[in-house]
Amino acid sequence: MIPVGFTYERPETLDAALALLAEHGDDAKVLAGGHSLLPVMKLRLAAPELVIDIGRLGELRYTRVDGDELAIGAGTRHHDLATSDVVEAEAPLLGAVARTVGDPQVRHRGTLGGSLAHADPASDLPAAVLALGGAIVLRGPRGERKVPVEEFFTGLFSTALEPDELVVEIRVPRTGSAGWAYEKFTRRANDWAIVAVAVVDGRVGLVNMGSTALRASATEAALASGASIPDAAALADQDTDPPGDLAATPAYRRHLARVLTRRALTTAAH
Amino acid sequence: MKVEITVNGASTSADVEPRLLLAHYLRDVLGLKATNIGCDTTSCGACTVLLDGESVKSCTLLAAQVDGGEVTTLEGLSPDGADLHPVAAAFRTEHGLQCGFCTPGMVMAAVGLLSENPKPTEREVREGLEGNLCRCTGYHNIVRAVIAASGQDPDEVQGGTLRRASTEGVEAAPGFSTGDGA
Amino acid sequence: MSIMGTRVVRVEDPAFLSRGARYTDDLDLVGALHLTLVRSPLAHARIEAIDVGEARSAPGVVGVFTGADVDLAPALLFGGANDKMVRQFLAKDVVRFVGEPVAAVLTEEAYQGQDAADLVEVDYDPLPVVIDLKAAATDEVLLFPEAGTNTSNGFDHEKDLDPNLFDGCEVVVTRELVNQRLAASPLETRAAAAEWGEDGRVTLWCSTQNAQDTRSEVAGWLGIDAAQLRVITPDVGGGFGAKIGADPEFALVVWLAKQVGRPVRWTETRSENMTGMVQGRAQLQTVTIGGDRDGTVRAYRLDVLQDAGAYPRLGAVLPMFTRMMAPAVYDIERVESRARVLVTNTTSVAAYRGAGRPEATAAIERAMDLFAAEIGMDPAEVRRRNLLKPDQFPLTTKGGAPYDSGEYEKALDKVLDAVGYADLRAEQAARRERGDTMQIGIGVSVFVEITGGGAFKESAAVEVHPDGTVTVLTGTSPHGQGHATAWAMLASEHLDIPVEKITVKHGDTDLIPRGSGTMGSRSLQTGGVAVYQAAGELVEVAKQRAADLLEANVDDLVVERGAVVVRGTDTAVSLADLAEREKLRVDTRFDSGAPTFPFGAHVAVALVDVESGKAVIDKIVTIDDAGPVLNPLLAEGQRHGGIAQGIAQALLEEVVYDEDGNPVTATFADYGIPSAAELPSFTLLDMATPTHLNPLGVKGIGEAGTIGATPAAQSAVIDALAHLGVRHIDMPLTPLRVWEAIEGAK
Repeated sequence: MIPVGFTYERPETLDAALALLAEHGDDAKVLAGGHSLLPVMKLRLAAPELVIDIGRLGELRYTRVDGDELAIGAGTRHHDLATSDVVEAEAPLLGAVARTVGDPQVRHRGTLGGSLAHADPASDLPAAVLALGGAIVLRGPRGERKVPVEEFFTGLFSTALEPDELVVEIRVPRTGSAGWAYEKFTRRANDWAIVAVAVVDGRVGLVNMGSTALRASATEAALASGASIPDAAALADQDTDPPGDLAATPAYRRHLARVLTRRALTTAAH
Repeated sequence: MKVEITVNGASTSADVEPRLLLAHYLRDVLGLKATNIGCDTTSCGACTVLLDGESVKSCTLLAAQVDGGEVTTLEGLSPDGADLHPVAAAFRTEHGLQCGFCTPGMVMAAVGLLSENPKPTEREVREGLEGNLCRCTGYHNIVRAVIAASGQDPDEVQGGTLRRASTEGVEAAPGFSTGDGA
Repeated sequence: MSIMGTRVVRVEDPAFLSRGARYTDDLDLVGALHLTLVRSPLAHARIEAIDVGEARSAPGVVGVFTGADVDLAPALLFGGANDKMVRQFLAKDVVRFVGEPVAAVLTEEAYQGQDAADLVEVDYDPLPVVIDLKAAATDEVLLFPEAGTNTSNGFDHEKDLDPNLFDGCEVVVTRELVNQRLAASPLETRAAAAEWGEDGRVTLWCSTQNAQDTRSEVAGWLGIDAAQLRVITPDVGGGFGAKIGADPEFALVVWLAKQVGRPVRWTETRSENMTGMVQGRAQLQTVTIGGDRDGTVRAYRLDVLQDAGAYPRLGAVLPMFTRMMAPAVYDIERVESRARVLVTNTTSVAAYRGAGRPEATAAIERAMDLFAAEIGMDPAEVRRRNLLKPDQFPLTTKGGAPYDSGEYEKALDKVLDAVGYADLRAEQAARRERGDTMQIGIGVSVFVEITGGGAFKESAAVEVHPDGTVTVLTGTSPHGQGHATAWAMLASEHLDIPVEKITVKHGDTDLIPRGSGTMGSRSLQTGGVAVYQAAGELVEVAKQRAADLLEANVDDLVVERGAVVVRGTDTAVSLADLAEREKLRVDTRFDSGAPTFPFGAHVAVALVDVESGKAVIDKIVTIDDAGPVLNPLLAEGQRHGGIAQGIAQALLEEVVYDEDGNPVTATFADYGIPSAAELPSFTLLDMATPTHLNPLGVKGIGEAGTIGATPAAQSAVIDALAHLGVRHIDMPLTPLRVWEAIEGAK
């Protein structure tokens, strides 16, 4: 219930935050929304010596059109995405998915950058961003770099982020007019998805079907070569490695992935 | 470290450990005991307060994160038992509380919900309160209370699913009325 | 104008909705140390060594204690259990469930507690674990070698079953059913605080459902005179049966306070609660039902294995109620049952809303549905053909229960009519014809339950003060039920003083030495009636005094607006004035003498996505008839809460242990407790059949909802899949279980 003691810094600028991170490396954890980090610290499953609070860096909180992309600051809250006119117009999938994350209180605090950096394969936004495509912008002592989202998620709770880097921006293509849908299957409304499927513009992102968010590549390829939705959806669980837990066996997850993909594609097509 | 937080309109400050949770700052440093702690996985919402007008779970915030911010608890929302805040008053009228433990968080979450969605449907209320657990009421009357607080009639919303039990055809036992109005 | 039966909003609420209620953790206890417990991470192990050296020198630590330090005899937590199955206050040699307390750390500040507790090093030598009830029954792995068995106790558990019970039955169906383990999950976890005074007495504040029994138990465990111990009950954030009886931790708090000479306080975390607080249900049942193809049920057998957890508590006697209520609402020629109570390496089992009766109803309702499916008859019709008839009451049933009153068919008819049963069946048929993905299912339950089946007696005192206010003292112990309002109504009815001027007190053993608390839906029919009786007796006393004072005839006196008035005149003396002259207080005790039997019927409509397995209850129409209703607002609230828990058992909740005895559902994130989003609104119909057992004719309402809703909800989901060949799914009917059942039937 109570975290192990730590020191706390709240840098006033992004550069100051990066400097702290460079100095403390693995002894530090970054706190943005805190709704992934603080729960594990309270259960004492994580005990960083230093917590760097970037949750109030206004410079990281924005959504704006930039050419044919939507640029979203990493500190943008789920609630911001859920209620943003810009997101609604340019990448409605993202707003819809953000609306399903946790509960209203969590959505007031949780950030897009935090969710992606945490890279929980059971969380919603990584799969949505993966389906949308685009890039994650990272900044560190070596400067800024853009990592295509397909290369960002490297394993269970692992990303391309170096220990001295921060996610600063997420860039997704403007897909405002393309068909999209999100099918999230849970036991209770507030639970992590047992399986979820994000669909936009013929691309399919899968939640909780492996150690990272995944694309249903076989389904996408089938669609691209003219297969029907049911036929394409039947391939959704190919090359996935779904976990087994109290809520679902791997076989059940595979079944759900196929069913939800078919439903999402059908909705997106209308 | 020193934190300064405006709570229920009053400036407060204290020297605290970085790990002090906002919920404990409110309860133990300020002595505001209405906000309760019901779990340790950010699931139950009993600790819900308003931070800069938005509902948040105070068990999953460090007091340090809230330095300079404005917090409202139930004591601030509805300080006077004789003159309850309209949302709290609706909870009383509709019997949306029994043991009362989830209630402060539930009321604050309801206030947050209504500030973002002033005329919610029953489904929107139920989903809007998915972060707040109650074991006593079964939620039926909580939903009625929130609908009533929004100025809508809980007996009429969505085809009357929330309507009270009818007293038609019930014979009153000696000394008992049939139920409506004292 | 009578206040009885009216919707009076609660007098508790203004405080609850402004400054908040005052729970045990809210108490201001100057100088109190915080207790943090170190708990076993293993389900069954020998304790080889405990090293508290580092913990002792951690910041803020005032003391660290282990089992070796505690000089209290271990406690037999349930008198009827095997007397070798005792529990230490801190484990000494063996731990028998994950969560069993092993060491106690006292710190100045709460936050220091967990830091210090983390430094306690315990050397465990793992022992084989037994979780499964059938495995426990083989006695291969024993929890208490000195007992020589894992059977704690039982009810006819050694008797042979009657091989001829089902002779002559055209159809016999048998099935093993799971009534799964549940976590009561009150929003307030357990909490206690103790302070010894200079006078040698100790005050224990604790979150409990019965202060008086807690006092006797704790005093007994500590080896002190009960008179030395005062128990005070602050506001309690829910109990649901799990806060009946003292927990060993309460005694530890008192004992520790004595050791260190300072007050000690303890509030457990939710994770601790999910293994440390007693859990509910946990029965493995074999039902056998036999009858004829015309729908007549001729024989029924219920064979129960009850999980007691590692240390038998109240759960060890609940099967007695299950057996008593086994035949439920039905008139069955031959009924047989037996129950065996077994220990396993899990959390102790005790009462949880319904406490033994939901288990009985769920079993027979499932059996009726299985029988109906076997003979191809509508499940509502099968029930109708076997219900006890009104003219048979009162009667003693085949389970040995003295049923007072009941109109079962009337309840069934009302709910079927209100839900539009025929139309629903037509809708179901149409969807099946079309092969819709979303199918509907209809589940019907008719139920009866025993309330007030524990303590029949209850105390009350009513006193009018010279300032015109009133104090009511009750032996009940509300934790959300609204007794402060309801008992004020009962007093107000006689005194004609407004409820706002009536204060109801409970749970302080110095003020109220005798009381049996709130559980088993007993309060109104014992405690409420006692208050009503006391207020009535006070009025008689007041009239006598007024008659003397006013030189009037007692028969000419009435009570109006808090005064004794000579009927039809202005001649009066207020109760307050009478109290000014001479103390005006009546103490009384009411003995109901017997339990009552509320009953009802529920119909649930389930929507099941047969492709994904997701099932929800879309609608539920209910009758919970507990006799005349004192305050419909409060009664409805009790029904709502029970229905929600009932549906949750059917569809969502289960405490799960892996085979090593590790709890898998030990947080609110993992355990299936529902939010508002998981539940529908509830339709409550009224029916009020009185009992002859008390002057108000009232029975108990607190648990009925749980008893009726669980089988209706379970049945509804299974019914939605009947056309796919599914006959049974064990609770909870999670999406995985539903899908596997559908796949399995293909």
